[in-house]
Amino acid sequence: MKPRQQRMLAIGLAALGIAIAAGLTLRALEDNMMFFVEVSDVVAGNHPSERNFRIGGLVVGGSVQREEGSLDVSFEVTDTACTMPVVYSGVLPDLFREGQGVVAHGRIGDDGVFVADKILAKHDENYMAPEVAESLSKHQKDIQAAVARGTEGCNPNDS
Amino acid sequence: MWTWFHKLASPPHFYRTAALLSPWFAVPGLALIAWGTWQGLFVVPMDYQQGDAFRIIYVHVPSAYLSLMAYMIMATGGAIGLIWRMKLSHAVAAAAAPIGAAFTFLALATGSIWGRPMWGTWWEWGDPRMMSELILLFLYFGYMALRAAIDDTAKADKASAVLAIVGVVNVVIVHFSVEWWSSLHQGQTVFKRGTMDADMKTALLIMILGFTLLFGSMLLRRIRTEVLYRERRTRWVRDMILSPKGGG
Repeated sequence: MKPRQQRMLAIGLAALGIAIAAGLTLRALEDNMMFFVEVSDVVAGNHPSERNFRIGGLVVGGSVQREEGSLDVSFEVTDTACTMPVVYSGVLPDLFREGQGVVAHGRIGDDGVFVADKILAKHDENYMAPEVAESLSKHQKDIQAAVARGTEGCNPNDS
Repeated sequence: MWTWFHKLASPPHFYRTAALLSPWFAVPGLALIAWGTWQGLFVVPMDYQQGDAFRIIYVHVPSAYLSLMAYMIMATGGAIGLIWRMKLSHAVAAAAAPIGAAFTFLALATGSIWGRPMWGTWWEWGDPRMMSELILLFLYFGYMALRAAIDDTAKADKASAVLAIVGVVNVVIVHFSVEWWSSLHQGQTVFKRGTMDADMKTALLIMILGFTLLFGSMLLRRIRTEVLYRERRTRWVRDMILSPKGGG
C-alpha cells in the first residue's frame, strides 16, 4: 500500500471509530438528549420522579381556562394519544395557542396535574400566509383529529 | 485531465485565479441578498402564526446552513491536506474557520432573538439543537486557538485537521438533532414539500444562494491572504511585490 493510501485508510478508520463511539454515547444518553417527554410516556410512568422535567404536546382546543384577575391558567396537553392537565401561573409566550405545540417545565402533583413553572411555545415546521391558513386544512384537520383522539381514552402503549 | 487541478493547487496560480473569481461570487451574491431581503421584508406575506417575526428566517436559515457548510469545507480541506499532503488545502481549511464561526454566531444570535417572543425564552440549556450549534461555535474557536498555539505551520495544519475531522460528528448531530430527539426547535422545512408558502420559500432559497455566493467570495479572499502569508518567504511573492505593478 502506498503511504497516501495508508493515510486515507487511517483517516477513514478513525472517522468510523469516532462515529461509532459518538453513536453509542448518544444512545446511552438518549433520555438526557430529549428536551421534553411525550405525554404518553409520562402517563406510562417513564418520567423522572425526583426532579422537574418538561412535557411536550399540543394544547387541546377549548381547554384553556384563565382565572379572572390573575395570571393563573389551566389547560390540557395532548400528544394525540394521551392528554394531561396542566396548571400555570405567569405570562404565556406569543405563540401559545390552542392546537399549537407547547413545552411545559415543572412537576406532576399527587392528583396527576402537571404544575408548570415555565411555559414555552413550540412552533412547527409550517409557514404560510394567514389567508392560506384559513382555507387550508390539512394542518387544522390533523390537529382536530389529534385533539379528538386525545379526549377519548388513553393507551400509552399503543404509540 | 488533472492538469488544471494540479495547476490550481499551485499557490501562485491559485492566488491569481482567486482574485479573478472573487467578484464573480461577490456581485451576484450581494445582488441576490439585496433582492431576497426586499422580498423577505416587504413582499412575502406574513406568517399565519408568527406574524412579521418569522422574517428573521431569511438571515437565520442561510447562516445556520453556512455554519455547517463552512465546517464541512474546513474538515474536507484538512482531510485532503492530510492524505494528499496538499498545502493549499490546509490554507482553505484555515481560511474557512473564522467565516464559519461568524455564521454560527449569527445563527445563534438570530435564533435567540426570534426565540424570545416566539418560544418565550432567549436560550434553553439542554435543547439538543441549541446545544449542538453552540458546540459547533466552540469547535471553531478550538480549531482557531489550536492553529494559533502552534508556531510551525505544517504541525498546526496536521493537528487542526485532526480536530476538524473529529468534529464532523457534531455537524451530523446538529443536522439530525431535531429528528432524533425532542427539541424546542422546529423540524426541517426547506427540503420538505408543502410546509412553506411558495413565495416565502422562493425568497428563502434566493437568500440561501446569495449568502452562499457571498461566503464563496469571502472564502476566496481569505484563502488569498492565507496563501500570501504562508508563501511570504518564496520567490514568487517577492517578485510580485517588487515588480513595478506592486502585485495585486
